[in-house]
Amino acid sequence: MSEVLNFHFHVDGDDFTSAGQASIQIKKNLRRLGLDPEIIRRVSIAMYEGEINMVIHAHGGEADVNVYEDFIEIILKDTGPGIENIEKAMQEGFSTAADQIRSLGFGAGMGLPNMRRYTDDMKIESTVGVGTTVTMRVNL
Amino acid sequence: MTVKQLSSSGQFNILCMPEPEREIDGVYIGDLLSWVMGKAEADNVWITIMSNINVIAVASLSDVSCVLLAEDVTLESDVLNTAKEKGINILSTPLSAYEAALKVSGMI
Repeated sequence: MSEVLNFHFHVDGDDFTSAGQASIQIKKNLRRLGLDPEIIRRVSIAMYEGEINMVIHAHGGEADVNVYEDFIEIILKDTGPGIENIEKAMQEGFSTAADQIRSLGFGAGMGLPNMRRYTDDMKIESTVGVGTTVTMRVNL
Repeated sequence: MTVKQLSSSGQFNILCMPEPEREIDGVYIGDLLSWVMGKAEADNVWITIMSNINVIAVASLSDVSCVLLAEDVTLESDVLNTAKEKGINILSTPLSAYEAALKVSGMI
């Protein structure tokens, strides 16, 4: 597999209940490629957390998954409000999500920590008022 | 033990069981979805009282073998239909999460 495989998704920001469509599709696609189930699990959970973040905080965005020979890259890009304090946002338990989101079982402040937990590398670029791009990498 | 074997113990009601042969090797209890994704392991039974549509996505992505709804929690029909489509086993029980975990634990 020397060529890069790209999967692109538009994440709809208005429909909280459909969040996860892209991650579940990615899970299927990676299964078809015959990748290790634990790798698939890590990639799809990290992506789902990112998807949920984009829906909760940024009115959606764009998701790209690139499959290289020895790693998988996930790029999540939104034009939402940006993250004021990335260090704080990375702390387990810190959340700015609304009560309505919490009543659905999200907003526990575990999204970004989970994304870091399940990936080998994670980079957040964010500008307040402009948007956020999260780039994650899982080694194969 | 498989989900089918668990379901036939008489302790649990089957809401849907599209993947009856999934193996069970442990239990995770939790209602905060990101905690579940961070801590539950593949092939666990996930015991929860959450019943919204996101439960199905979390169960699928976490690769749990079965969702077990405690305290007689029920599912809306559209959530149940999505579970069937996505191949997610769902059982329910009148037991509390603690009691249900003890039952499962005694069987694996």
